[in-house]
Amino acid sequence: MSLDLATTRRIAKLARIGLDDQEIEAVRAQLGGILGWIEILDEVDVEGVPPMIGTSTNAALLPREDAVTDGDCQDKVLSNAPDREGPFFTVPKVVE
Amino acid sequence: MLTDLTIAQAAEGLRKKEFSAVELTKAHTDAIDALNGRVNAYITVTSDKALEAAKKADSTLAAGEAPALTGIPLGIKDLFCTNGVRTTAASKIIGNFVPPYESTVTAKLLENGAIFLGKTNLDEFAMGSGNLTSAFGGVENPWHRKDDASVLVPGGSSGGSAAAVAARMAMGATGTDTGGSIRQPAAYCGIVGLKPTYGRCSRWGTIAFASSLDQAGPMTRSVEDASIMLSAMAGADPKDSTCANVAVPDYRAACGRSLKGLRVGIPAEYRAPGMSEEILAVWQKGIDMLREAGCEIVDVSLPHTKYGLATYYIIAPAECSSNLARYDGVRFGERAEGATSLDDLYEKTRHNGFGEEVRRRILMGTYVLSAGYYDAYYLKAQKVRTLIQRDFTQAFQKVDVLLTPTAPTAAFARDEKPEDPVQMYLNDIFTVPASMAGQPAMSVPVELDDKGLPLGLQLIGKHFDEETIIAVGSALEKAAGFTALPDLRAGVSA
Repeated sequence: MSLDLATTRRIAKLARIGLDDQEIEAVRAQLGGILGWIEILDEVDVEGVPPMIGTSTNAALLPREDAVTDGDCQDKVLSNAPDREGPFFTVPKVVE
Repeated sequence: MLTDLTIAQAAEGLRKKEFSAVELTKAHTDAIDALNGRVNAYITVTSDKALEAAKKADSTLAAGEAPALTGIPLGIKDLFCTNGVRTTAASKIIGNFVPPYESTVTAKLLENGAIFLGKTNLDEFAMGSGNLTSAFGGVENPWHRKDDASVLVPGGSSGGSAAAVAARMAMGATGTDTGGSIRQPAAYCGIVGLKPTYGRCSRWGTIAFASSLDQAGPMTRSVEDASIMLSAMAGADPKDSTCANVAVPDYRAACGRSLKGLRVGIPAEYRAPGMSEEILAVWQKGIDMLREAGCEIVDVSLPHTKYGLATYYIIAPAECSSNLARYDGVRFGERAEGATSLDDLYEKTRHNGFGEEVRRRILMGTYVLSAGYYDAYYLKAQKVRTLIQRDFTQAFQKVDVLLTPTAPTAAFARDEKPEDPVQMYLNDIFTVPASMAGQPAMSVPVELDDKGLPLGLQLIGKHFDEETIIAVGSALEKAAGFTALPDLRAGVSA
């Protein structure tokens, strides 16, 4: 199946990846190729087959107490911030 | 040379005081100094920390009662968060990230006494089969074709780990495997790579690619070494609810176990059209060796094998697009300059920070999850995944383990990289189905092809039955007697 430019632009917008016109065209062609290859799945009859969620390896989940196990480490949380002001992350102005 | 020892041999030598942990670690940091400029197996080398830790290991050993990996120098794939040591996932977008915490798997290895030599190279965010997408440059496979200097890829995504272990720049290394990322590079570099059952090792603190598939495992030069490392890495973790609450056996005890009466399945569908004669021949050789070792060989069918890759390339990108949404330039990692709005900041940061293959997979995943396409792609793929898993469940009613090739070819040259992403994805054709079904699987080196490159065979086991693949793997290893060495390795001038 082929992908059109408008759909490709919409996907890039949803994924918040800025692409210029040339890159959009390259992505359109490549994703189209991959989607064409994936069409092989059309042959498979999945009528009545439940979707597999996780790998359901029949192991019981390990419950833990619903209690605070971590926290009070503001400096650690902020230690990798590209930009900060005091105890805050900063972003460009979002409200005019 | 100390760098030629296996983990099992080194652990014994340390206890007999034949050498110290400092000497053993120094031999490896020297090998890294000599070779890493060319092999590029490590993104970050932590020699000083390693030597400090080795001194402590020597005191622990002197006091007695030292855990199994005390003083053993390992490489850590740069996807495991390590407290205070830069962790990049081989991506520009977190190229300066220093985690303030330790992943569960690496914490367990440290508790077991292991020494970390540094962080090994990989495909960016573990997405690739040739170590060609790292933002820190490619890794050179320590093996070369006879009379041909072409640089070969080490496989991927755990290519730095595989190359480091093969070139004796580490005694063992951690890898992660989403669709073959431990097994395929192990085969390309002539070492052992074990992907445990999904849920055997905690994923906490390991940078996520596709959460329903990602699994950590050991990469070593012997099956016994893999069993020793896995015992240290595995086990339930309250920080990861998908990590199974299943007792961890003593894997080492499975090495050398009798194979009498064990049934080995040979799946007809892995005889892919166009497969090379050499791969078919090494597979037949493996079948003969296991029959000789007392196994019964049984033909089985996994009818949905041919749909494995297409299913994988819907599910893995879908999960990746969700997991990688966190890299937005706000809380950690690189932030693009000159953004005029929040959206602009996200778009510029993610465009500049992610490489081409990672962007492609995020976009693919975004598409298959988007409104109007979800049922046709993602839901459909999840249903096919159920059928793939049923194939394995049915096969394992008849047999105890499956034997297949690990990869359709030996290592390829960097400049032979296919331009079409689909061609590149075909490298994982034999490893992806076991990943989709959550089965444990291991690649064992068996012989060299006529160009002098290693070829591996894959053993696939029942859920949580790593012991059987270790038992069969150690028999295969013994019968194959693979002793060939790569031309680039410690002690041989680069």
